[in-house]
Amino acid sequence: MARTPRYAREVAVVAFAQSDHRRRTDELSEVEMVMPVLHQVLARTGLKAGEIGFTCSGSSDYLAGRAFSFTMTLDGVGAWPPISESHVEMDGAWALYEAWVKIQTGEADTALVYAYGKSSPGPVRDVLTRQLDPYYLAPLWPDSVALAALQAQALIDAGETDEPALAAIGARSRASARTGNPHAQLTGAVPQGDYQVRPLRTGDCPPIGDGAAAVVLAAGDTARRLCERPAWITGIDHRIEAHALGLRDLTDSPSTRIAAEHAGLFEAPVDTAELHAPFSSQEVVLRKALGLDEGVAVNRSGGALAANPVMAAGLIRIGEAAARIHRRESDRAVAHATSGPCLQQNLVAVLEGDRA
Amino acid sequence: MSAAAEAAASPPGVLRAPLVVEFPFTRSLGPVQSAFLTGLRERVVLGVRTTAGQVMVPPVEYDPVTAEEIRELVQVATTGTVTTWAWNDHPRPNQPLDSPFAWALVRLDGADTALLHALDAPGPDAVRTGMRVRIRWAAQRTGAITDIACFEPHEGPADPQGAPHDGAFAEPVTGIVAEARLDYTYSPGRAQTAYINALSERRTVGERCPSCHKVYVPPRGACPTCGVATTDRVEVGPAGTVTTYCVVNIKARNLDIEVPYVYAHIALDGADLALHGRIGGIPYDQVRMGLRVEPVWTEGGRYPDHYRPTGEPDADYDAYKELI
Amino acid sequence: MSKAATSKECVAVVGVGQTKHVAARHDVSIAGLVREAAVRALADAELTWADVDAVVIGKAPDFFEGVMMPELYLADALGAVGKPMLRVHTAGSVGGSTALVAANLVAARVHRTVLTLAFEKQSESNAMWGLSLPVPFQQPLLAGAGGFFAPHVRAYMRRTGAPDTVGSLVAYKDRRNALKNPYAHLHEHDITLEKVQASPMLWDPIRYSETCPSSDGACAMVLTDRAGAARSPRPPAWVHGGAMRSEPTLFAGKDFVSPQAGKDCAADVYRQAGITDPRREIDAVEMYVPFSWYEPMWLENLGFAEEGEGWKLTEAGVTELDGDLPVNPSGGVLSTNPIGASGMIRFAEAALQVRGRAGEHQIADARRALGHAYGGGAQFFAMWLVGAEPPTS
Repeated sequence: MARTPRYAREVAVVAFAQSDHRRRTDELSEVEMVMPVLHQVLARTGLKAGEIGFTCSGSSDYLAGRAFSFTMTLDGVGAWPPISESHVEMDGAWALYEAWVKIQTGEADTALVYAYGKSSPGPVRDVLTRQLDPYYLAPLWPDSVALAALQAQALIDAGETDEPALAAIGARSRASARTGNPHAQLTGAVPQGDYQVRPLRTGDCPPIGDGAAAVVLAAGDTARRLCERPAWITGIDHRIEAHALGLRDLTDSPSTRIAAEHAGLFEAPVDTAELHAPFSSQEVVLRKALGLDEGVAVNRSGGALAANPVMAAGLIRIGEAAARIHRRESDRAVAHATSGPCLQQNLVAVLEGDRA
Repeated sequence: MSAAAEAAASPPGVLRAPLVVEFPFTRSLGPVQSAFLTGLRERVVLGVRTTAGQVMVPPVEYDPVTAEEIRELVQVATTGTVTTWAWNDHPRPNQPLDSPFAWALVRLDGADTALLHALDAPGPDAVRTGMRVRIRWAAQRTGAITDIACFEPHEGPADPQGAPHDGAFAEPVTGIVAEARLDYTYSPGRAQTAYINALSERRTVGERCPSCHKVYVPPRGACPTCGVATTDRVEVGPAGTVTTYCVVNIKARNLDIEVPYVYAHIALDGADLALHGRIGGIPYDQVRMGLRVEPVWTEGGRYPDHYRPTGEPDADYDAYKELI
Repeated sequence: MSKAATSKECVAVVGVGQTKHVAARHDVSIAGLVREAAVRALADAELTWADVDAVVIGKAPDFFEGVMMPELYLADALGAVGKPMLRVHTAGSVGGSTALVAANLVAARVHRTVLTLAFEKQSESNAMWGLSLPVPFQQPLLAGAGGFFAPHVRAYMRRTGAPDTVGSLVAYKDRRNALKNPYAHLHEHDITLEKVQASPMLWDPIRYSETCPSSDGACAMVLTDRAGAARSPRPPAWVHGGAMRSEPTLFAGKDFVSPQAGKDCAADVYRQAGITDPRREIDAVEMYVPFSWYEPMWLENLGFAEEGEGWKLTEAGVTELDGDLPVNPSGGVLSTNPIGASGMIRFAEAALQVRGRAGEHQIADARRALGHAYGGGAQFFAMWLVGAEPPTS
């Protein structure tokens, strides 16, 4: 099909792999967790590590509790002879963005992107408070569930949702994961549970766990050679908002909307959406910002409510959307990734498959 | 729920140990934050006015819309209105209150933006969006956001507000010390666990790469040049060769070793890369590249305490130059 | 169809800004520090916040300031609200990598004008604390940062037969160069070679005066395309080549003295820039030298000298400000080290040289300059070559 030539080069996701996401992986170091995923994703393309043009990863030292934690994970890549490589201290979705830019320059035709996070070693709710303004917010240690709960209450007050509707999002996500995602951590019927921070109950919150994911990108004819039905990235963009919650309308996500506009989302309907909404309430915000109607299959993978390896969960959304295009279950999909408190930063990618 | 209760059980037989990441960060403030936090110490709440006329509380240094530097301070009330809230039945360590409380965004009277803090209320039924609250000041105030102990319900009138303020106070606070402690549980993974377990028997066991056949000591789970798991276990040493070294003349942080001492790279016999250790049993200024050494263990030590000369002739440079 | 690589947009540096680097900036917040560099870069380019399409920021480990992913909090201060913001972290090379990621956004025509910035506010904590968190079961580090690098310096001396005075020559040169750079951290007005050589031996063979300081500082650049450069009020620096290369942290056969990744990275940059004889064709070099001996080591690694010969260039004065291959006219990392920013300062100083805007430490008629950064266990490399003229191809 004809697509708008928004960028210099056509670039597609040609392979995706992820680990099983689990509550703990004490028996594995980070590289031991990541390496099998790298092998899987390369095997799907037939490429060897040395044939990849650019490598980029996303991870967080704070999650690991160690400085330079990513340097050891590079061991799993086999970076010898030396490789063209970079790392973002962000979710892997932004590593994919950096790799996509690299391919757009023409300096690489293929890229390996990976991301990983182990939330099991540390108190992740508290660890994430270290992301906050170090003068006014971090000294209060407001945890990630508390901040999401403030957003959820704002949505309820605005009449945008209610507690039963939120519970239904969690239930739908885990039901989807049961049939559609063998890697998910939480699947099937999960009790909605007690309030974690009211109005959010256990079922509205993501599971805490460890996992990794990897994607291979390729340009043009290389993509066609490596993949029967490449998931073309026809648009990708990301935007950030002001940091302080008190400066934002928490019921809306203007940065998601701007990113979606720049990615060309609104030029044609999508059939599939993979949204990085760690909390059920955030799906409400994202659906509105992206203008998704009831006809769109949202988070058939179960989304972050079924598996939320921090730093990888955003990349997994792109991978899951692409995989549905690879399997001919989708023709045009939107994938979304988020970072920061209450959806502060958002990335939107539009993926399309060639139609016969 | 406590952090401990959240942690599911780990598989048995896996090495685990606490990893504490703790530091008192020293943060300088800059003029706007200095005025705001000093004001809190004096029970005065300051905001900053944007060029569009909005009053931001807490005051930001840069306008989030225009990116302009903003410095025009105004005093706002200590009373305000809840814009959203969340009931926290299980306060976590370091949070403002030990007993259940509400997190709340509060728009103080005279401000156009909301400030995040705790709200002390009897229960969730006593909290609603739009309710009126006021600041409860901490008894001891130092110039920090925690000088606000929390908010509390308030039925009275609003304080006076909106007066310009020059931000000048006697003895202004120019910095804060932000204590931060995070408790992790560290697990070293499969390959390192095997290495550490062997060390407890005073054996050094590396792993060989099935692809390039190099022996890695310590093994880290992957052959870093081939990107595959190392497999066959290979005992190396105990003796080895000093490939290079330095003489340490300043005490390193948290290390109880008398200076000067020699910090050396040691290629154990049978290993394809050097590990690091201290050299003893020889004056520091007689250590040399090529020196043959062996480990010296002390009771209870997880690692050799140091390495000492074996008395063998030095290794030829050509024999170890690829291992430097 | 994929278009050929020749469709890349040219990238120009039209604004450079940095803070006066000092041991501790007690008068500003973290936002205030980065803001100062950004405002100066915009002023140099005579652009406003509204002209910036995207922000790319880099810094070394988050533990150095104790703020996880600080770009989230810094979005407002850097005018990034409503715009794309990327955060790069590639250890010590990060300042260079960050600039290259920003340059790629322009080269790929994704954005036209990008603000890139790197910083470290080391006074908020203690870098050695951040680098040596006591990981259970692991042998504690037996030496500080200098102890990590000193054995490699000894290996270089053994391999090349370099006399042990070479390190002091580099330190003496860089500290004198720093006196001509108003932004440099160390301004040792009474420096003498004798003082350097008499300074305490910390990690033999590295002396105190041959080590870098710990600094608070930030550096920013405005990068733009051909159209943006045409509007630039001051001469731009043109990017002729840029590359990153990585190799594993530790591996059997790793050459710590002259890592392959560094050689490959330089070769890629020279190929892009059409450089065949770097010693003759490059007019100034800003290389990442945290310990003085790394100057001769990198001279060899970057192809300015044959293997084993780098120290001879240093000893002969070739790398002095008035030599025929000036290295670190700014005073280098030995005089200024806000860790995460140090790589970007190298890139920015190279740009200042070819723009003719380096002030007192300007190399006369510098037409082509190399900026170099490295990090991790001498495993991550980032470099760019900038020129006074636009690329011809």
